[in-house]
Amino acid sequence: MPLFRRGVPGPLLMILLGLLTPLGFSGSAAAQEFSGFATGEARLFPSAALHPGQDDQSASFAVQPEFYYEWEGGSSFTLVPFYRQDSADSERTHFDLREFTFLGLFEDFELRVGVRKVFWGTTEVLHLVDIINQTDLVENIDTEDKLGQPMVNLSLARDWGTLDLFLLPYFRERTFPGRGGRLRGALVVDTGRAEFESGLEEWHPDGAIRYSHTLGALDFGLHEFIGTSREPTLRLGADGAGNPVLIPVYEQIRQTGLDLSLVSGEWLWKMEALYRAGQGDEDYFAWTGGFEYTFTGIVDTAMDLGVVLEGLYDDRGRHATSAFEHDIALGLRLAVNDAASTQALFGWVQDVTRSSRSFFLEASRRFGNNWVLNLEIRTFMGQDADDFLFDLRDDDLLQLEMTYYF
Amino acid sequence: MRKCISLTLLFLCLAPGYLFAETPEEKGLAIAREDDRRDNGFADFTASMVMVLKNRHGEASQRILRNSTLEVTGDGDKSLVIFDEPRDVKGTALLNFAHKTGNDDQWLYLPALKRVKRISSANKSGSFMGSEFAYEDVTSQEVEKYTYKWLRDEIHDGLDCFVFERYPAYQNSGYTRQVVWLDKAEYRLLKIDFYDRKNSLLKTLTHRGYKKYLDKFWYPDAMFMENHQTGKNTLLTWSDYQFQTGLKDDDFNKNSLKRAR
Repeated sequence: MPLFRRGVPGPLLMILLGLLTPLGFSGSAAAQEFSGFATGEARLFPSAALHPGQDDQSASFAVQPEFYYEWEGGSSFTLVPFYRQDSADSERTHFDLREFTFLGLFEDFELRVGVRKVFWGTTEVLHLVDIINQTDLVENIDTEDKLGQPMVNLSLARDWGTLDLFLLPYFRERTFPGRGGRLRGALVVDTGRAEFESGLEEWHPDGAIRYSHTLGALDFGLHEFIGTSREPTLRLGADGAGNPVLIPVYEQIRQTGLDLSLVSGEWLWKMEALYRAGQGDEDYFAWTGGFEYTFTGIVDTAMDLGVVLEGLYDDRGRHATSAFEHDIALGLRLAVNDAASTQALFGWVQDVTRSSRSFFLEASRRFGNNWVLNLEIRTFMGQDADDFLFDLRDDDLLQLEMTYYF
Repeated sequence: MRKCISLTLLFLCLAPGYLFAETPEEKGLAIAREDDRRDNGFADFTASMVMVLKNRHGEASQRILRNSTLEVTGDGDKSLVIFDEPRDVKGTALLNFAHKTGNDDQWLYLPALKRVKRISSANKSGSFMGSEFAYEDVTSQEVEKYTYKWLRDEIHDGLDCFVFERYPAYQNSGYTRQVVWLDKAEYRLLKIDFYDRKNSLLKTLTHRGYKKYLDKFWYPDAMFMENHQTGKNTLLTWSDYQFQTGLKDDDFNKNSLKRAR
């Protein structure tokens, strides 16, 4: 579409883009943009640290600029680096290339080459089938932050649906909190000693295919992933000094999954399910699903209140690699609909058969045109010694974040 | 045969007026149909939008968006709205397939998560980006979405106008009725009074700065929505209208939503 802010690229960029001309990325610039954010964050943990090396507070700074260049015809290049400096956890201080993507827009297909992020799924609490990118776990335990994934992605959008083919030539290891970080187990995960089932280690070529389509009120996606599990199995081991640590083991898996959403009036029904082979000794099935319903203009105001109710199930039970093996989650999303876009999301995840539960509150408000203040509270309650989040039982968190968007 | 029709027409023309006595409902519907007919054939357009939101103390905040719309024959239009400002929502995009009857299909793209989310369009009275415009005010207006009743003709802003009421024919509207001023010469929408569910005057929308495009289509430069109950208002200004840019169905799917800029 021809509606873009026009600009002239700088000399360095001209050289870089000139190199791409033989690859079909030619023609004059239609648009270029520079945007991004910088953020300062303070974390307070009201309960004293449980594990040695941990602090009760931390300060952190992160920046994520975004550069976008578009050719006439719609093909584009996107560059998004990310860096965080953290006062308490050396593992949380990290750099990542979130995006370095060429998108080629052709008559019959889209070709996306480079480092990118891809999201699959429909549910709100757990992103079960979202497997293309590795989780950047040190960013937030909500697993919504992802590391950039190198890929070649061919996308065919047709009348009969959209077919996406992915070749993932290089694997990214999951980030884990270090010795100084909270929200971790008693033993630190030693990412330097990661093990792989494949002899090719992180160079094992992974692949995926996804078919998605919209049929009236129904949106669905069906996928098959073959390759290195993004989710490691953690094995007890020792570091160089002989101290006990957890060693991440990345297995070769095969996953078939489905995600769908069905809209019916004010109701939005969602479901995700997967069947995975190769992780651990037994194949397993996991499922999450529920609904979202929004009340508009509550108590005679302009405010909207969304209610989310989702169930979570993993047939590995106690051996599941997530905390959500048999749980129910309730979410309340309040949108004030004011000029400052004030909003709040409250969540309660409750184990159905046990007392373990967690609560969270995420609230945000814009100040002026460019500043956003974000508050996040997390608390873990009723965790027994054999619960997944037992080691996080004293990691109740109060987090304040002030972000400048440019 | 032709003679026969001519004779019939002649007879009808000479017949006493009461044979044609259109009910106010029929007249209202006829006006809406004629208005719709005059809007047909634009094919597609793109435009830039700026919304200035003011609260009762006069404090202002600004939204910048872009709109692309594709005309769909036989159904409601397809449109893509991309948010540029505030910067924290930059890249957020809304894809809407309007339907003459039933709910529109809507998808929202959240750039931070790279997520396309199907959303329910049933809550039509919800605020659009915190403004005084509700979703039902900004999505495609189809004849079938309302029933009509002509009220009177009157001079408004120096123009001879039809004044008619329309009543939402869809579920979950925030309005019981809307009173519309439309000028007779060019069918330009000049003003709408919105009445809430309790039938009290809620908002007034005024269109200003009409310009003619493609020698045929009248589009306003400014839409001013004033909320009488809260004292807030929103000024939506349109610029850079471009028509028949060659947009296709492919520019309005989930792939194009994901790469919307």
